[in-house]
Amino acid sequence: MTSRREFLVLACGAASLTAATTVGAQIDPNQAALRRAAMQEALRKVVGNAQVRRGKVRLELPPLIDNGNAVPLAVRVESPMTPADHVRAIHVFTEKNPLPDVVSVTLGPRAGRAGISTRVRIADTQTVTAIAQLSDGSFWSDSAEVVVTLSACLEEGLI
Amino acid sequence: MRPRLAWAAAAYVLVGFAGIYAAAEIPLAERRSGYEFMSRETRAMQDDDAGNPGMLWVLDGEALWKRKTGAADRACADCHGEARASMKGVAARYPAFDAARERPVNLEERINLCRTGRQQAPPLAFESRDLLALAAYVARQSRGLPIAVAIDTRTRPFLDAGRASFFRRQGQLNLACSQCHDDHWGAKLAGTPIPQAHPTGYPLYRLEWQGLGSLQRRLRSCFAGMRAEAYAYGSPELVDLELYLMWRAREMKIETPAVRP
Amino acid sequence: MARAIVNLPAQARRGEIIEIKTLAAHPMETGFRRTQLGELIPRDIIRRFVCTYNGAEVFRVDLHPAVAANPLIAFTTVATESGTIEFQWVGDNGYAVTETVSIRVE
Repeated sequence: MTSRREFLVLACGAASLTAATTVGAQIDPNQAALRRAAMQEALRKVVGNAQVRRGKVRLELPPLIDNGNAVPLAVRVESPMTPADHVRAIHVFTEKNPLPDVVSVTLGPRAGRAGISTRVRIADTQTVTAIAQLSDGSFWSDSAEVVVTLSACLEEGLI
Repeated sequence: MRPRLAWAAAAYVLVGFAGIYAAAEIPLAERRSGYEFMSRETRAMQDDDAGNPGMLWVLDGEALWKRKTGAADRACADCHGEARASMKGVAARYPAFDAARERPVNLEERINLCRTGRQQAPPLAFESRDLLALAAYVARQSRGLPIAVAIDTRTRPFLDAGRASFFRRQGQLNLACSQCHDDHWGAKLAGTPIPQAHPTGYPLYRLEWQGLGSLQRRLRSCFAGMRAEAYAYGSPELVDLELYLMWRAREMKIETPAVRP
Repeated sequence: MARAIVNLPAQARRGEIIEIKTLAAHPMETGFRRTQLGELIPRDIIRRFVCTYNGAEVFRVDLHPAVAANPLIAFTTVATESGTIEFQWVGDNGYAVTETVSIRVE
């Protein structure tokens, strides 16, 4: 039997879950579709027809962001980083930003560890994807879902 | 009594009580810096000097501190020496009473008084990169020190004016600062928590601004949010409000350069 | 003026992986924003960051407008020998900044 208090907690939880899923509808759906297509195109430019496997790559992003202007992003790739076996490149793409590309990193065994930390702009609730290319030519990826909430008290004008 | 009148009377009593309740300031022990309302990631950005973008302005300020300027060809350092020692705790005491102006001046105005008076250089514009950099460099020397503005017979009238402004309903939304920041701190407004509005980290790096800004910039943006006409930079009303906010945050620690969302 | 901040250890053991953190002062204007009068603000970004260790490139990043203002780039490199590590940021409108840091490796 659910007590009244438990019910309230459950109801609020459900309400906030609904809110989280509807936040995604900030961009015009047509534009969102165009941007998704642009991301597929950008991906093709990097990987061509090669297969992209999930794994080896870890994309770290906070799941909930209180301001999309500077979101900490880190990519780590499992690799011994030796001359024979290392990560050659890391690319980060967004699905709904005005442009799909975020950063492209060129590295090699002298990096010691394969990875980068930076801060990025996330325009909307969306999926971010990181792809690593290894020295054997294979591609590996990871994706992360990000929910962006907008502050209520923004300065008028530019955002 | 007719029903409608009874309702009106009941509403009047309720509003009256709400008014008394709303006038309460936050008890000293319950005060919390805006830092505590931020996400873990934004806090990390403030905590690490190597990654805190506000440090870019602090370094600029350090260079300006040592640079000779104006007709007097004098640098801040020529009078004040090493800022680490001479400026320690100074920002925690501003706004402070200026005898010549017969009213409190804030840190940016103090820097400009030095420029025009001692260096014989033109004042720096409010929110200019150089003024923010100097203010950030000076305030950085007070990081971790408690806020301690001087309230005495000279400054009290200005403190009272600032407090009155904090509690005054204004703008098209007919809101007072206190309604958000005293009565509803911790509640959420469009998904983000309402902070208590303690000016502990100015000038600070706002992710929204994508740069450093002053307390007056933040206050002006609050006025715009209330659909009220914002006072001009450097206006006495804003300095009075700054003085009240610093007094309200007394003994809380300076965080400059803070980072806020 | 401070155009960039670079943080790395001043000395390291040979073969040690050291962490490097860099911040560059730059608005990273996206080219997608408009003024209140509706005029498009032209793009002004850092396009490339390169780290060279005693003249050899060890890490390179191509940046796009989605990188936040005042870009932070943190990465690692292997301390191979004493010398200088150079950091270079190049961008729109002739933006070019170079920082050089020396490192002692034993």
